[in-house]
Amino acid sequence: MAKKTKKGKKSIIDSETGLIDITRKKFRWSDYLAEKLIKGVAFLSITIIALIFFFVFREAFPIFTPDKSQPKTEATNTKDLVQETYGEIVDNSANSNAQETYGEVTDPANSAEVQETYGEVVDTTTQNKTSEKIYQVSSGSGADENRAALKTLLGKEWVPVSEKPRYGILALIIGTFKITIISILFAAPIAILAALYTASFAGKRMKEFIKPAIELLAGFPSVVIGFFALMVLATFLQNIFQYDTRLNAFVGGIAMGIAAIPIIFTITEDALTAVPKTYNEASLALGASKWQTAFFVILPAATPGIFAAILLGIGRVFGETMIALMATGNAPLIGANPFESVRTLAATIGAEMAEVVFGDTHYNVLFLIGSLLFVFTFAINAIAEFYVKGKLMKRIQGK
Amino acid sequence: MIKNKKDNIKGILIEGLTLSSALLIIAIILTMITVIVIGGKSQISWEFLTSFPRDGMTKGGIFPAIYGTALLVIIMSVAAVPFGTITAIYLTEYANENSIIAKTIRFAVRTLAVIPSIIYGLFGLGFFIKFVGVQMDNVFMGGQLKWGQPNILWASLTMALLTLPVVIVSVEEALKTVPKELRAASLALGATKWQTIWKVVIPGSISGIMTGTILAVSRGAGEVAPILFTGAAYYVATLPGSFADQFMVLGYHIYVMTTQSANVDQTLPIQFGTTLVLLALTFILNISAIVLRYRIRKKKIG
Repeated sequence: MAKKTKKGKKSIIDSETGLIDITRKKFRWSDYLAEKLIKGVAFLSITIIALIFFFVFREAFPIFTPDKSQPKTEATNTKDLVQETYGEIVDNSANSNAQETYGEVTDPANSAEVQETYGEVVDTTTQNKTSEKIYQVSSGSGADENRAALKTLLGKEWVPVSEKPRYGILALIIGTFKITIISILFAAPIAILAALYTASFAGKRMKEFIKPAIELLAGFPSVVIGFFALMVLATFLQNIFQYDTRLNAFVGGIAMGIAAIPIIFTITEDALTAVPKTYNEASLALGASKWQTAFFVILPAATPGIFAAILLGIGRVFGETMIALMATGNAPLIGANPFESVRTLAATIGAEMAEVVFGDTHYNVLFLIGSLLFVFTFAINAIAEFYVKGKLMKRIQGK
Repeated sequence: MIKNKKDNIKGILIEGLTLSSALLIIAIILTMITVIVIGGKSQISWEFLTSFPRDGMTKGGIFPAIYGTALLVIIMSVAAVPFGTITAIYLTEYANENSIIAKTIRFAVRTLAVIPSIIYGLFGLGFFIKFVGVQMDNVFMGGQLKWGQPNILWASLTMALLTLPVVIVSVEEALKTVPKELRAASLALGATKWQTIWKVVIPGSISGIMTGTILAVSRGAGEVAPILFTGAAYYVATLPGSFADQFMVLGYHIYVMTTQSANVDQTLPIQFGTTLVLLALTFILNISAIVLRYRIRKKKIG
């Protein structure tokens, strides 16, 4: 209480409103509690980030400590179960050649997988139950497997389910980057030019039409975009470019580009409108035309913001799961051809997590992939936030 | 500078280029809507919306998926909206804009907004199911498996984390539109800070809280990746009756029907129908949010 009154003495007048602030005069428990409670809840978002860090890494960690007595679910009967379920795709070549053209049942490899995942609900729950029980019994036979998995981690083959599993994350990383490049090459120019149009050229009515439309696009569920890509876009693009594999990096990239457009557009537009009006007026007063002002004055002034927009667009595409699952073909190929199927990091987690035995090596590797994705997007956001914003502020304030 | 003809043509070309980019985006949106509406509209009927799937999912309706989606977003909102609103209140009413705490929270919120949704799924699995759920089983069920597996509660809570930043951002924007004079007047009349917030600031920004809730619901209804392995099921014969049940969701239904069902061509109408229902749902929600927000912004100016 004494502390409060002291504070009150220091400045009784609110610096912002210039009015006398009475709240500081009297100490009330209800107010004090409310403030502390609100503050506590506000820390929740920080806590969640910390928890995500901790728990995603925790599940990925056993892969690096093969000798620790981490309980494993490698008891014989679960292993049998796994091999039984995945009998079809033991062979590496079968997996990569299949190219899983979802949507065409004629492909034998595909229909085999379909049958295997059909009625998955019952399977997973029973599987979980057995593995859960064994989890508590625990046998240490997973150590060797972890060590072997660690060696294959930087390989180019992603064959998690076989006699000799290989977890070559490199293939997935290459696939993810390939698709990211395609989608950003597609989305960034369109979104930035459209934002420039909205910020510099469009009339008021046009603006009020474009901005809500793009907000609407941002609200499109990614599974709907994925569905559109799978059903319509894939066939449409195949008719134009005449490539062999119907679902490939190109289709997936375009579809993810559609998902990334609203993000890039919104942030770019914000950056463009944040450029001070004086720039615009000065340029026009010097005799430059509207388009010259837009291109040579406003656009350069907003480059850090546009850079941030592209970064966040990359982050969106990098972690996109549903579109990747539905439209990329999901074969871990690493060629440079954009018309080949690829498998991304996020899609791998989405496709395989439901079918792994909790706690085994494959499970840990999937969490390791998750950690990679998390670190990557966290870093991208941090760069966009601190580096770019600082630069933008400096530039606009003319320092 | 003397404007010459060449420059003029260049200007028209460049303006045309930017305009066509904007139009291309609009065209993409319209194409997607048209294709889905044309493909799905014949499927939409009262029966489709209110009946269970039949004949190995090749016929019948999507009622369980609609019901599951509704339940998911309700539980999610109950968890996300209060916490999101309180965080926004802290950021606008209590925290000093330049303090390290406020900056850290803002950074955390923005990070939450960009973390890929699949990571939330992993977190839900690693934290809610494998940690909280298993502990709950040990304490309440004597080691018997009940909570330590995917169910609607864990899926909804995972989704709540994902939609938390959406709520925070919208509510914050609304709180800022409440004029400073109103707060000052309330304080001058002798109300405490908390009374001011409760009786003046929150009622003044109720439409913002609504917008946040609607946007969160729309996001939560459409996301699939976080619930892939925290509770969504391909098919359950009964509606979820307790928090420990698995459930069907529209988005997941679309995903499994298109990629994993035995006969994709046969179920094509159902796929289009389900997609149309999901799209219409998110559309209605989004448009009402846009209208609400537009009103709030107008209020701010006027």
